[in-house]
Amino acid sequence: MRFFTRRIVFYAITAWAAITINFFIPRIMPGDPVSALIAKNQGRISPDAAEALRALFGLDEDMSLWEQYVAYWKLLLQGDLGISFSYMAPVADVIRQALPWTIGLVGVATIISFTLGTLIGTGIGWRRGTWMDGLLPLSTFFSAVPYFWLALIAISLFSVTLGWFPASGSYDRSMVPTLSWEFVGSVIYYGFLPAMTIVVSSIAGWMLGMRNMMVTVSSEDYVTVAQAKGLKERTVMMGYAARNAILPQVSSFALSLGFIVGGTLVMEIVFSYQGIGYYLFSAVNAKDYPLMQGCFLVITFAVLLANMAADVAYGVLDPRTRQEG
Amino acid sequence: MTAIDTQRAFRSGAAAVDPVLEIKNLSVDYGYDEDPTHVLRQVSLTLNRGEVLGLAGESGCGKSTLAYAATRLLPPPGLITGGEVIFTDRDGQSTDILTLSDADLRATRWQDLAIVFQGAMNSLNPVYRIGRQIADGISAHLPGVTKKEALERAAGMLELVGISADRLRDYPHQLSGGMRQRVMIAMALALDPQVLIMDEPTTALDVVMQRQIVEQIAELRDRLGFSVIFITHDVSLLIEIADRIAIMYAGEIVEDASAQDMYRRPRHPYSDALLHSFPPLRGPRRELTGIPGSPPDMSNLPTGCPYRDRCAHVFDACAAITPELVAPLVEGDDPRRSVACLRHDPAAVTAAGFEPQPVPVELSVR
Repeated sequence: MRFFTRRIVFYAITAWAAITINFFIPRIMPGDPVSALIAKNQGRISPDAAEALRALFGLDEDMSLWEQYVAYWKLLLQGDLGISFSYMAPVADVIRQALPWTIGLVGVATIISFTLGTLIGTGIGWRRGTWMDGLLPLSTFFSAVPYFWLALIAISLFSVTLGWFPASGSYDRSMVPTLSWEFVGSVIYYGFLPAMTIVVSSIAGWMLGMRNMMVTVSSEDYVTVAQAKGLKERTVMMGYAARNAILPQVSSFALSLGFIVGGTLVMEIVFSYQGIGYYLFSAVNAKDYPLMQGCFLVITFAVLLANMAADVAYGVLDPRTRQEG
Repeated sequence: MTAIDTQRAFRSGAAAVDPVLEIKNLSVDYGYDEDPTHVLRQVSLTLNRGEVLGLAGESGCGKSTLAYAATRLLPPPGLITGGEVIFTDRDGQSTDILTLSDADLRATRWQDLAIVFQGAMNSLNPVYRIGRQIADGISAHLPGVTKKEALERAAGMLELVGISADRLRDYPHQLSGGMRQRVMIAMALALDPQVLIMDEPTTALDVVMQRQIVEQIAELRDRLGFSVIFITHDVSLLIEIADRIAIMYAGEIVEDASAQDMYRRPRHPYSDALLHSFPPLRGPRRELTGIPGSPPDMSNLPTGCPYRDRCAHVFDACAAITPELVAPLVEGDDPRRSVACLRHDPAAVTAAGFEPQPVPVELSVR
């Protein structure tokens, strides 16, 4: 119990720090969204209109930093993240409709990449020194290639030249988003290419990590004992070698789940996929502070949640990390 | 036929009474390249039913390699290059472990021949409860046994080695080093094997725990009747528990004799020196001497006797002839013992054209 209390206190402090930093960063940054809007519209906004805009965005009130901070917390606790300047809609709504796309696409791709990479790594590590080792340089090549370049090549090859997959978007725009097979099929069809590029570029890390751990664990005494016990080869490989080798993989997997939300900016830009990275990018371009803050907040919480998941998973998988009493 | 030839013939004819494991001419190389290191060269060793055979020697002389090779657990780059390991079942059926198919090998492992390894700390899987680890070996060999029965049997095995059955649900990290080694022994005996190979089972433990474990093994052997190959570098410990002792040096067995003979009447200069480097547990005080020099480089062995550079009784023939195991040239010795020293083998010395030298007084104590 003490273990969980300690972890919860730790996460509470981290969350508070993240939210506070999130509050200060836009206020420290130079520039002001209304001036940006005025510049964008090249003098077509009168000083009166500019005043009105400031009032609309809550930038006219003469509040102290502390009052602003308290107000920020109050709104946050009500789930109100402010109004997006560039989309003229509540930030919470913008994020709510962007987040499922990112989590769905990148989450599935990450899970596929982790599962495949770990399985292949297990095989390569168990039978090291065979032809299977040749898979490593190949996959490392794809992960060494800059992601945007890999994605552009994939688009030019599979959508422009071969025409197998659409080059951008997340579903057929002529359809109405419903929970029908047709729509789901369209989402999978549109998501296939971006998911593929993510898997291809990230699988090497999982393979390499698992392979190296397998090689290390295979020479442990308990694996030799398992062999000496005459257990089935599969049991020794999975129950004794892989079961121990996967422990560090699991914690990096949980962490990579946290980076799904923030780490897909490039993919969403290249494929014009309307996920959270895409909105973050346009928010930065438009100096849309509330949306930026909202995106950062979501990313921070995703990482925190993933950390908690890693803690729990590790506790379940490794009895040595559980603390008795 | 000379007297020595007769003695030789007698020795090879007087094969062990009831061998359970016979290692014949086993050779092991390390390295797959053109110039591998020969770590075991033509090692032959017989283990009789119910016997405790001690295998001793300095670090790096090939004791553990012998245990791993005989059970086909040798990790790469080890390679068995020749020999046989004959296992004889209780009903007299013999099989060569080295030629078994993988499936047959898995079936015989643990049931016929179990091993306890050096590292008491690392021999148990850290993420499984110890009960499960004992039980999975049982279920792998007795498919009819349910999980519950296997766990009950595991509990019985734990009690046998003096650990209470409620420890079954403990993880290895919750046990002390001595308890882990007991769990390993319980695990090894779970299927009532006929041969138990123990590779330095007490090395990582303190002396009190060593004593307890050794006594426990001796007691269990008397109760269950398995045979033991006990590998250690602690000769004084072996004299206490072994029936017979084989001394290894640079990948070869240099002397093989009953424990009492080895202790009181060593015939090989290396055995003699090894015995003088340990304080005896009982008996009159003796002066302790070390063995000068260090073991030879296994990848670059000298010609002739590998021990000659450190030997006090070296003579000209030692550089030219590689000694083989023969009966010692001492009147009234047990004909079943053997020693690989040219002082005891004048026939080989004469055949190579050298002048035989007498057995030194130290090596002919009666």
